[in-house]
Amino acid sequence: MSIMYLLIGCSLTLALFFLGAFIWSVKSGQLDDDYTPSVRILFDNKPAPPENSEHVKAKARKT
Amino acid sequence: MSSVLDQKTSTCYHCGELCEDETLQYNSLTFCCNGCKSVYELLSENNLCDYYSIDNTPGINQKKPVLSNQFNYLDDEQVQQKLISYRDKEMTKVTFFIPVMHCSSCIWLLESLYKIKKGIASSKVNFLKKEVSITFINEQLSLREVVELLTSLGYEPAINLSNIEDEIKHKDSKKILYQMGVAGFCFGNIMLISFPEYFGLDAFTQSSFSKLFGYLNMALSLPVFLYSSRDYFINAFKGLRKKHISIDVPLALGILVLFVRSAYEVISETGIGYFDTHAGLVFFLLIGKWFQQKTFDTLSFERDYKSYFPVAVTAVKNGVEATVPVTNLKVGDRIIIRNNELIPADAILLQGSASIDFSFVTGESNPVSKVAGEIIYAGGRQVGSTIELEITKNVSQSYLTQLWNSEHFSKDTQSRIQTFQQTVSKYFTLALLLIATSAGIYWSIVNPALIWRAVTAVLIIACPCALALSSPFALGTAMRILGRHKFYIKSPEVVEQIAKTNTIVFDKTGTITQPDEAHITYIGDALSPKTREAVAALAANSVHPLSKKIKKHLNAPSNEQVIAYEEINGKGLSGIINGTTIKLGSFDFIFPGQDAIKMSAENPDLLATRVYIEIDGRVPGFFQLQHAYRNGLRELIAALKPHYDLHLLSGDNESEKHKLADFFGNTTQLHFRQSPSNKLHYIEQLRAQNKQVMMLGDGLNDAGALKAAHTGVSITENTAHFSPSSDVIMDACKFEKMFNFIRFSKDTVKVIHMSFVISLIYNIIGLSFAVQGTLSPLIAAILMPLSSVTVIGFTTIATTLFSKQRNLS
Repeated sequence: MSIMYLLIGCSLTLALFFLGAFIWSVKSGQLDDDYTPSVRILFDNKPAPPENSEHVKAKARKT
Repeated sequence: MSSVLDQKTSTCYHCGELCEDETLQYNSLTFCCNGCKSVYELLSENNLCDYYSIDNTPGINQKKPVLSNQFNYLDDEQVQQKLISYRDKEMTKVTFFIPVMHCSSCIWLLESLYKIKKGIASSKVNFLKKEVSITFINEQLSLREVVELLTSLGYEPAINLSNIEDEIKHKDSKKILYQMGVAGFCFGNIMLISFPEYFGLDAFTQSSFSKLFGYLNMALSLPVFLYSSRDYFINAFKGLRKKHISIDVPLALGILVLFVRSAYEVISETGIGYFDTHAGLVFFLLIGKWFQQKTFDTLSFERDYKSYFPVAVTAVKNGVEATVPVTNLKVGDRIIIRNNELIPADAILLQGSASIDFSFVTGESNPVSKVAGEIIYAGGRQVGSTIELEITKNVSQSYLTQLWNSEHFSKDTQSRIQTFQQTVSKYFTLALLLIATSAGIYWSIVNPALIWRAVTAVLIIACPCALALSSPFALGTAMRILGRHKFYIKSPEVVEQIAKTNTIVFDKTGTITQPDEAHITYIGDALSPKTREAVAALAANSVHPLSKKIKKHLNAPSNEQVIAYEEINGKGLSGIINGTTIKLGSFDFIFPGQDAIKMSAENPDLLATRVYIEIDGRVPGFFQLQHAYRNGLRELIAALKPHYDLHLLSGDNESEKHKLADFFGNTTQLHFRQSPSNKLHYIEQLRAQNKQVMMLGDGLNDAGALKAAHTGVSITENTAHFSPSSDVIMDACKFEKMFNFIRFSKDTVKVIHMSFVISLIYNIIGLSFAVQGTLSPLIAAILMPLSSVTVIGFTTIATTLFSKQRNLS
């Protein structure tokens, strides 16, 4: 049963690692804003479109 | 006719508002004003038209013009220092609060700033806080240029003294997350390690393990005890020093006893202790606290006069104009106030014709004219030409700020409110101590060996965890539901306060009337279309709000040429159109030499705001301005009347008295010509009669009354704008739902009472074990989380159900 000592040690180390990760995430501000990133990820980074094509598209969408 | 119809139906491509006055065409798109059009042009030049495809009509209306020198004060080194969060030789980082931010297009545009202006390195939005952090390169841009860029796009940052001066709150919300993280980590591990004990596996494994597990649990509990639960001990101690028993006292006692008894059991090898219960208790309590904190830390309620005042003004020293921070203004300084600027301190008018809009202070939106030598109180906004003033009082001693310095504002808001939880916890603690002592006395006679076990078990099991959780969860859920209906509550205690209300006091202007939507009616001989055009042309020349309203009311083309145009500030206009002399103006302007105030004693109708027309010496009639009441006011008053004592306090004259009497049913509780301090005293009188007063107001003139009332509700057209410091900020469009809000608050308090009964039942079950001295760690470990989870679940579900019943889901 002495393997238990090792297992407990392992599990505690792992849990401590997660606690550290949590504290780091709070510290680095990841929990400050839980809304904006969800919107930001949906923005496309398109290459610059040719002149005026955008308005036409926007208009088509409106009508 | 068709063109009129066309105008009515077309909306602006940029801001989505109806194009009322003019319609501009560009790229076959319609815009309501030049401002909106130029933003569109700027974006299309930079290929940023995606802005319009993410959300429909995302723009901010640009009808209010941007003044060229509005932000000159940002070149001042002192002001810059206060705003900037980081600066080195190359870069500057600054965070702005932008109240108008409202959709995903806003995020996109504000994060694409670098595409519009060279010199902006990056920008990042925090949508919930409505903040944008911008990093820019010093060589290419100045702080002023960044603000001007934002303003030109319609995203004017709100810069004022108060957000410059404090920056502390942030750390607190992070601390609770750390504490929760630690408690959660320890709770989970202790549970895991305690499993053999739960299942009675001790005999199966070797006893050396149970000893190891005991010490491991103790080691894991230490950070929970010393770090996570620290605030409960501090608060309990603080409360006791003030001879005040809060819920923190039994909680701290429970936590302390849990830890000490468990440590004793482990060290003396008599048991494994209650470490799992200990860590779990702290963890659940912290969840409740965090939940409470998380609701609405984005809206600022603690606004004082500083939030209203500009950061800096233009001062003249030895003939040279310079920008001076408002805090540095001294008596005797000369300042220059331009169109739309706010007067920061009481001052004497030296030069120029002042026309001051005191709507901030009095709620009355029509500008008041002042002549040189008159005193102008702080808080007014100049409309029209530039004026020069000499400061007569320091900013902190002005008429307006004195109201703030009165005792009501220094009072601690927390102590005003005696919540259900506070009332109960006092008796709860006393009952708890009584049971513990009687159990101790009983066992000291029957079996002294069991005293220690029974007494500690009582203190452990009776720890009012569920009670402590019920209030934050019920009130927090209620706050979020009400918040979704744009009824923003400052702190959970306020919900209970609203539920207790039995007297409601309304302000008039801006509260039950709509500030922008004044009705204009023309009374007199009918005007021919030709005259209408001429009057409209004359009115089009003036920027006075009344002239604009008249022009809109006439709805006639205003292309006629006006010669010999003259405007006397605050009095009226005159001009010659097509050979006829037309005058538009107040009673005094049209009938000089007659005293309207004297005559009004006989005829109170004269007190109403009127604009007379004179055409070639003849007066065909006048325009009468009447405040439009908010939608649903009649129904709301009718619904409230049977349950509440209703009062009305107005800063205005009696001209609308009989109309209001019709709403309120009687006139005894309608009071007119009330100054800000009159209002405050009136509220104090009501309080002295032991009434639970709720005050609804809007302007700064209500600030004292809002603060003095048990609940101050400030009504605002736009929650992002400044409103007086209050307990509740309500969006004006939800005014008609007021009664539902109050009834829902009552329901929430009912939910708290019910959940208190539930937690009491759990406590009684636990106590029945505890007094017998047979509380095993397993029972404690089951009862504690079970009661917490039941209470959290019950309160959340019940509150949501009640909100559905009140049509608030």
